[in-house]
Amino acid sequence: MEKEVILKVSDLCKTFKLSKKQQKIQNTASKVKVAVDHLSFEAYKGEIFGLLGPNGAGKTTTLRMLSTLIRPDSGDVIIDGVSVVKQPELVREKIGFLTSELKLEEFFTPNYLFDFFSDLHGVEPQVREERKARMFKRFGIDQFAEVKVANLSTGMKQKTSLVVSLVHDPDIIIFDEPTNGLDVITARTVTDYLAELKAEGKTIIVSTHIFSLVERLCDRVGIVINGQMTVCDTLKALTAEKSLEDKFFEIYMETAGD
Amino acid sequence: MENNVITIIKKEFARFFGDRRMVFTSLLMPGLIIYIMYSIMGNSFSNMADTSQSTYEIDVVNLPDSMSMLVDMDQTDVTTIEAGDVEDAKEKLKSEDLDLLIVFPDDFDEKMLAYDAMTATEPAPNIEVYYNSASTESSAAADLFSTVADQVESSLANKFDINAGDKVYDVASNEDQMAKMFAMMLPMLVLMFLFSGCLAVSAESIAGEKERGTIATLLVTPMKRSELALGKIASLSVIGVLSGLSSFIGTMLSLPKLMGEMGESGFSNVYQPTDYVLLFLVIVTAALLMVGSIAIISAFCKTVKEASTAVMPFMIVVMVLSFTTMMGSGAQKAVYWYLIPLYNNVQCLAGIFSRDYSLTNIVVTVIVNVVYSGILVGVLTKIFDSEKIMYTK
Repeated sequence: MEKEVILKVSDLCKTFKLSKKQQKIQNTASKVKVAVDHLSFEAYKGEIFGLLGPNGAGKTTTLRMLSTLIRPDSGDVIIDGVSVVKQPELVREKIGFLTSELKLEEFFTPNYLFDFFSDLHGVEPQVREERKARMFKRFGIDQFAEVKVANLSTGMKQKTSLVVSLVHDPDIIIFDEPTNGLDVITARTVTDYLAELKAEGKTIIVSTHIFSLVERLCDRVGIVINGQMTVCDTLKALTAEKSLEDKFFEIYMETAGD
Repeated sequence: MENNVITIIKKEFARFFGDRRMVFTSLLMPGLIIYIMYSIMGNSFSNMADTSQSTYEIDVVNLPDSMSMLVDMDQTDVTTIEAGDVEDAKEKLKSEDLDLLIVFPDDFDEKMLAYDAMTATEPAPNIEVYYNSASTESSAAADLFSTVADQVESSLANKFDINAGDKVYDVASNEDQMAKMFAMMLPMLVLMFLFSGCLAVSAESIAGEKERGTIATLLVTPMKRSELALGKIASLSVIGVLSGLSSFIGTMLSLPKLMGEMGESGFSNVYQPTDYVLLFLVIVTAALLMVGSIAIISAFCKTVKEASTAVMPFMIVVMVLSFTTMMGSGAQKAVYWYLIPLYNNVQCLAGIFSRDYSLTNIVVTVIVNVVYSGILVGVLTKIFDSEKIMYTK
């Protein structure tokens, strides 16, 4: 069966300028840090694609470029036929982006925020109310829908962020470190939901450094080291001989060399 | 999607008006503090003026007949002392037990009458008046004496008078005088209040959202950056104006207390409805300009604290411009002055308050304000689009 490519990353590059202080901290004379280095991969419709790599490998930077928060230096990402470089606003309509860096205003309640972001995404009120009822029930947010975000626990906040980032029911969901900082129960709720979304036919891109998460969820995996895509294959192929963890370290030794 | 602008404005209002503490600190408190402060100032001024009611203890050496009226006055309690007691009297003056010490030369009256400024070879007879400037009573007593002495001096050689009698010679109406005074003071107060109102809310809404990481959440929605910029500036201007208005109302209410009888004739008698409409237009569009500028400065800052500091130089510019009306030369007439942002608002306010303005200049100012604000919205849009400024940690 021929799979449909819904997200195509080609030759993506991103460098950051380093300040004098940062140069000192990182003990380098180089004025630029290459965060993402000619990175390419494709994701198929309806799959969960995992970007696996150590901290600082460039996963988050890549996802930020996918979600149009930052612009690539060169290269492009085509999401459902739309270029993130040329039509970032159109891309933002198609994707849901979730990361712990995107915070919700603490003053407002989950209920208000759901409506507010629905408005910004142009969701019809009827659709919004139906969707809100369903999602709030699914995550138990209906219990604290009128409590200010400031007074919610970390898990509740994360659930609210998740729901709010999906108000427009996007077909492509980009999720940076989905279970970071969550307790086991909330983490399980989130990973279960990702599986549900996949069952609905959504495409999901996640970044993580947690092997078990990849093993449980992902259809295909890209291993990112030093801003480069070292291996990109199906989970099955990668774990044919040994566990994902052993495979990863084998690749890591070959690439990074220490 | 014009709706997004409305959505943003609604959110900003919900954020502001839903927060009782914020409403209190930026809408109620400024007016209240100013009212209380000015009322206290007004009371202490009138207390100072009250010293004219009290009696002054005055010691005099060699009191001449020509000055005997000093003794007859209600406010004075004159004691004649000998020349030898002068040093004691000075000590009493220092300790504020005495209000004034006047030492006349011997035979003051004769010397004075004999003195002719044209032919004299010696200096005129000198009266020594010792006072203590640290004491309000003593200063007032010294003033009283010099008034008396002046009267005596001029009555001795009266060749002509100016405006003698009780006729009113100043043809300016009471309203005109009020207007002139308002024109000197109010533009500065209005602009400063407006600025501080705009500063508080704008820094919070732009740098604050950046600091808390909530602005990035807005930036991943399909909303255009320009819609965010416009929505923010529009809503913040409204709040800035309301906050400025609070301070202004506080000032107006405390005016009668601050200025005594003159203030009581009131503000409402002096100005017409059209004046108020023009005033409103100038203030609202000036708020747009201020909010736009502060928002741009705030967007470069990582925290609210940093933003409040970074805005200081801009605030000094606004202050210096506002002070130009204190010279009281009235509003500029030539149109080109009204193309300079901020300065044009100062001039318009001075014109409106002094009831001497040209409508063209005010219309030009309002248009200039709107155009510059439009440019600022454009700049803010560009900034929202710049990852370097928005996400640099």
